[in-house]
Amino acid sequence: MALATAGTTTMNNVEAVRHTLYEALKADPKTLIMGEDVGARGNVFLITKGFLEEFGPERIIDTPLAEASIVGVAVGMAMEGLRPIAEIQFADFIYPAFNQIVGEAAKTRYRSNGDYTCPLVIRTPYGGGVRGALSHSVSIEALFYHVPGLKIVAPSFPADIKGLLNAAIDDPDPVMFLEHKKTYRLVKGEVPNGHYTIPIGKADVKVAGDALTVVSYGLYVHQAIEAAKQLAADGVSVEVIDLRSIRPMDKTTILESVRKTRKLLIIQEDNKFGGIGAEISAMVAEEAFFDLDAPIRRLAGPDVPAMGYAQTLEEEFMIPTSRMAATMREMVAF
Amino acid sequence: MAKAVESLAFERHGLSDEQLRWMLRNMHLQRTIDNRGFQLNRQGKIPFATGSEGHEGIHAGAALAFMRGKDVLVPYYRDAGLCIGVGMEPIDVLLGMFARGGERQGGRQFPSHFTHRAIGIMSFSSIIAAHCPHAAGAAYSMKYRKETGRAVLCCFGDGATSEGEWHESMNFSAVHNLPIVWLCENNEWAISTPREHQMAIKDVVQKAVGYGMRGSMCDGSDPIAVYQTVKDALDHARSGGGPTLVEAKCYRFLSHTTDDDDRTYRSREEVEKHRSLDPILRHERTLLDHGVITVQEIEALKKDVLREVNEITDRAEALPYPDPSQLYVNVYEGTHEPWR
Amino acid sequence: MATTITMPQLGESVTEGTVAQWLKKPGDAIEKYEPFVEISTDKVTAEVPSPVSGVLKEIIVKEGDTVPTGTAIAVIDEVGAAKPLDSPAGLGASNEPALNVPSTPAFGEQPTRPPHATPAPARPQSAPQPARPFVARPGSRNGGALNPPEVLRRVSPAVRRLARENNIDLTTVRGSGEQGRITANDVLAAAAQGPAAAMAAGIMAAPETRQPSAPIQPTGPVSPSAPLPPAATAPGRSTYDRPIPGTLVPLSQARKIIAQRMVESKHTAPHAWTMVEVDVTDLWNLRQREKDRFQREKGVALTLFPFFIHAVVQSLKAYPLMNARFIDEGIQVLKEINVGIAVAAGSNLMVPVIRHADNYSVAGLAVEAGKLIEKARSGKVGADDLTGGTFTVNNTGANGSVLSAPILNGGQAGIVTMEAVVKRPVVVDGDKIAIRSMLNVCLSLDHRVVDGAIASAFLVDLKKRLQAVPTAQF
Repeated sequence: MALATAGTTTMNNVEAVRHTLYEALKADPKTLIMGEDVGARGNVFLITKGFLEEFGPERIIDTPLAEASIVGVAVGMAMEGLRPIAEIQFADFIYPAFNQIVGEAAKTRYRSNGDYTCPLVIRTPYGGGVRGALSHSVSIEALFYHVPGLKIVAPSFPADIKGLLNAAIDDPDPVMFLEHKKTYRLVKGEVPNGHYTIPIGKADVKVAGDALTVVSYGLYVHQAIEAAKQLAADGVSVEVIDLRSIRPMDKTTILESVRKTRKLLIIQEDNKFGGIGAEISAMVAEEAFFDLDAPIRRLAGPDVPAMGYAQTLEEEFMIPTSRMAATMREMVAF
Repeated sequence: MAKAVESLAFERHGLSDEQLRWMLRNMHLQRTIDNRGFQLNRQGKIPFATGSEGHEGIHAGAALAFMRGKDVLVPYYRDAGLCIGVGMEPIDVLLGMFARGGERQGGRQFPSHFTHRAIGIMSFSSIIAAHCPHAAGAAYSMKYRKETGRAVLCCFGDGATSEGEWHESMNFSAVHNLPIVWLCENNEWAISTPREHQMAIKDVVQKAVGYGMRGSMCDGSDPIAVYQTVKDALDHARSGGGPTLVEAKCYRFLSHTTDDDDRTYRSREEVEKHRSLDPILRHERTLLDHGVITVQEIEALKKDVLREVNEITDRAEALPYPDPSQLYVNVYEGTHEPWR
Repeated sequence: MATTITMPQLGESVTEGTVAQWLKKPGDAIEKYEPFVEISTDKVTAEVPSPVSGVLKEIIVKEGDTVPTGTAIAVIDEVGAAKPLDSPAGLGASNEPALNVPSTPAFGEQPTRPPHATPAPARPQSAPQPARPFVARPGSRNGGALNPPEVLRRVSPAVRRLARENNIDLTTVRGSGEQGRITANDVLAAAAQGPAAAMAAGIMAAPETRQPSAPIQPTGPVSPSAPLPPAATAPGRSTYDRPIPGTLVPLSQARKIIAQRMVESKHTAPHAWTMVEVDVTDLWNLRQREKDRFQREKGVALTLFPFFIHAVVQSLKAYPLMNARFIDEGIQVLKEINVGIAVAAGSNLMVPVIRHADNYSVAGLAVEAGKLIEKARSGKVGADDLTGGTFTVNNTGANGSVLSAPILNGGQAGIVTMEAVVKRPVVVDGDKIAIRSMLNVCLSLDHRVVDGAIASAFLVDLKKRLQAVPTAQF
């Protein structure tokens, strides 16, 4: 990890996760990591490589192959004062843990009226574009963001990852921390040294503009920024908002932007029906109706269960930057 | 391997007269509160109640083995007597029935879904066996903090042992040698599903072998036997020996809840046949036979229990419902700004 | 035929690879599927089998060097006829020759497909767009002022609101959006130039077929007369009509403009002020006598105001410098006499204009003023009604005031107020005291255009006219 400027370090996304976890384990003896292959293997993306040797098997737990109890046992630990960070190896494997996430973790504080709380972090890599096919490519945020009591974040810049992962670990309520696997090594950036947090629930305007508001997150926010650069070369300035936080979602930043640009495009990797974009669209239509100069549009994945293994099928699912740029141009010209 | 412990002779296992009488009172208190629940429901005052008739022996015995201030209890919804036995205020049961506010319940959950962190009763939901992984996590946290002399007591019925999350919890606790006692209150019925349709084995305790875990079995209608078995398992856990699956056999005399009618799936003869397993009658006989209590003392005890139950019924009923604004609190820490 | 071998992608999310070891050297024969190079990444190290049979012609990347996936690393001369390429071998990486690895395009590139694959059906959106400069489409040239109905039907909420707030007639706005759509920016551009840009939000400008009038006369508001009851607002919100102490009342577009104009006026024109007292006893009596008949015949109430306006107009004719404006080149003495009447409508201030006021009788002025005031209060006043004023009158007396110091309106040289009629003891006929109905008339003037002498002369003239009871039928 090269030192780029005083006070920051250059890292890619996977290094940012690793670095943040490491510092958290060192700082607080109540934190521990549990999941499949997180110990000896060091996680299938090498995120926790070396952690077992440094922190020991009580803190880096290679769990049995049982997702429901990876989360469920972590819930119990959290209820009894520890700060567990549970890992689901791929988001596609999370479904058996749905009961424990939605039925238990999200409701612990509520059903006990505050007597018990559940300060739990669930980390999982998600997203496609890596030839992961049906079971290593899905986006899952739409399944969970509906649930009051849960928090969900999906940062995809290294500095955001560190700040939000720290915030998630500190948070007194259950937080799902989604990491887009394609961005792990693809995205590099400057990460401030030392401990800091970014508040959960705050989006980030990554590119300021006035002709169109683009809201995105994960892999696609990087492509959206690239597309915006292309339009900027032609004198059109598009505003790109990195949502970062799925729940709670930053209504204020979105509305402020839409009131300025009057046009909204949401770009999501997940399929369109029932995705994040639907909620944003409804909210904006409700609250900024008289500011809209164009219909709200969503550029999203197709309505199929998953992307195929064959390259042609995956490419058909994923949205290339050129299509994003074309859609942006259409909306600006509208 | 499975051990059967039965009270053939009067073996008091170190329990004093006072403790034996305490157990009897606990059992009567539970039965009377249960009856009160059904009465209130038939009166139309409360919409719903669950009864534990038949489980009193397990609750009293396990409660006495539990170490207040040290152990953690992760119960399920048929454990009112046990929760009272480990220190919960009896009025909490009535507060749950009447859905009144109250500090911890807030009128949120069904009756018999308790929580009391200060005395070690862990909050749980209605989902069968969903609490078992939490119990394993709680036990792990004790081991993690290197606390000896503490253990988790997790209770569930026979039906729960079919759930995947129960299996995963058992497995995890065995792999990590956790300080936990898995107490199955086997009353032979999961709503209308008899044991034969729930599992291919006769005794739940047989499952312990599959996990490489200790197992023991006892007669749940004998509170002293339950006390001895559960204490043995808890001591073992507290000293770092690892988990035990304890099966306490009893019988569920009532329907599952006031919304269930057991006449649709079992005969009266079958129910009556098991009356000999009534733990209260059994314990009273034991104490009477061995001069630990007299008939008059039993009558006085029952009167006192009824007085107490009447008092807490009236007190609970007089409290107000939670204010509607309470619906919105404790979703997250602090205030919650939902999108409207 | 030479086949270029590129760095394969060994593993998910891997973006580069290192040549660990060449297993063949240039000139060596290679069989298809025979390992010929060892590649390592931070996830795996693996031998890579050759996609073709042939001879290793050239090594491009040395042992130990790390390059991004897709970079050319070697060239193999294929031996024998060109065979159709088979699907990639085992590692799940694409090692077809001359192919960029599709999973890691630089953003913005369109990943290419394997040559043998059936091309996907053409999707216009996914085809890479040639970079072309963005040009705002010209709006449909309607040829005239009117936008066709289809355009007006497709007006967005933002456009509607902005048009309303800025009092823009949408039928006249040229649309620069798709298919001639009127965009929000089009409306804003029109507002920045248009004459009606100055005034009140809350005016529902009905689409009119007339062109807005050409001369840009910014109108400025004056102190209000007869305020209306406050408009209904959401309870708890602090508004201009229902201000809550300790809160901030947000400014409407209108109030913003009012504030701007007020400052502009005061900072531009050196304001001077003077007044006269007028005995309107006879006028008042006349009005009392005639008001019922007037109401019957004209359907409009008769107040002192139309008499006042009528007298003002006559005085303006006598003193043309009062109907003027100061510009850099000189004092522009205006030909038309267009009298603006200050009207308060809710939290807004408007000055609808009676054009060619000198063409009206008192009765005509009563009717016309009544119409304009009604329009203003019901939000129906249009751009034309607010433009072209040359002098302003304000019926401050209706509020009960007896003295006002109004602010000049829109660059005009004078503004006059009619204060309340108050019965007072005055000296008449030498030394006698009588109770008379007295009315003060106040004048603010632009001291660059007129001095006190002319201003006072104007007022005295006005006073004479008001004190002379008209004998003719009005």
